[in-house]
Amino acid sequence: MSLRERFKEGDLDAFEVLFRQFQGRIYGWIVRIIRDPGMAEDLTLETFWRIYRARGRFDPSADFGGWAYRIATNLALSHLRRRREQELPPDVPEKATRALDPALEGEKRDEIRRAFSRLPVKLQLAATLALIEERPYEEIADALGIPLGTVKSRVSRAVRVLRKQLHWMRVQT
Amino acid sequence: MRPKNQDYEEIQRALKDAFPSVDTELHRDLWPPMLRRLEEQPVREVPWYDWALAAALAGIAILFPKIALLFAYHL
Repeated sequence: MSLRERFKEGDLDAFEVLFRQFQGRIYGWIVRIIRDPGMAEDLTLETFWRIYRARGRFDPSADFGGWAYRIATNLALSHLRRRREQELPPDVPEKATRALDPALEGEKRDEIRRAFSRLPVKLQLAATLALIEERPYEEIADALGIPLGTVKSRVSRAVRVLRKQLHWMRVQT
Repeated sequence: MRPKNQDYEEIQRALKDAFPSVDTELHRDLWPPMLRRLEEQPVREVPWYDWALAAALAGIAILFPKIALLFAYHL
């Protein structure tokens, strides 16, 4: 019996192997979207909790990673929606791995963040992954479970809306 | 293939400056908290006889719709 078949049957050892194999990748994916390391850990656990609960519906011949990415993406999207309802600005982690451009003043960055947070959540998600994280469109389409063309059109709409908003706010990019 | 144009590149540059990269490495093993959660909230599966009971009740409600009035009277 294969690992995925054992997982489907509820074998906890098989689940642990899959968990350890994918926890880092799922965490990395979620943290790219929501940009909050603590919450990303919680959502990673929630993703695997849902995976374990839904194991009976899992097709062992299917791609486990693709399934996990889709569940994680949906959870991250719900989190972005909740965060928007609570009107919290996107978190900017203290420990950045890339230095900020010193030429870009704090005020301008705030304007850009505000414009970005006003985008519809689906456009925000596509723009985060494509423009900020520079993930391939194919990977984004797989994780969102949408056609490649839809990803492209969401990114291009996000660019158009941001361009218009920033122009209106007189922010020079 | 990405549609590269001036707007795209300018907006991308502005966003990357406004949102610094996040550390995407997971720095601790999440299996212990996962295991705790599995132990604290065991996944409950609906037993077959509950499904059978639900199906029987649905069948009765379809065959004898007036029985709903009897239930409503007793509620």
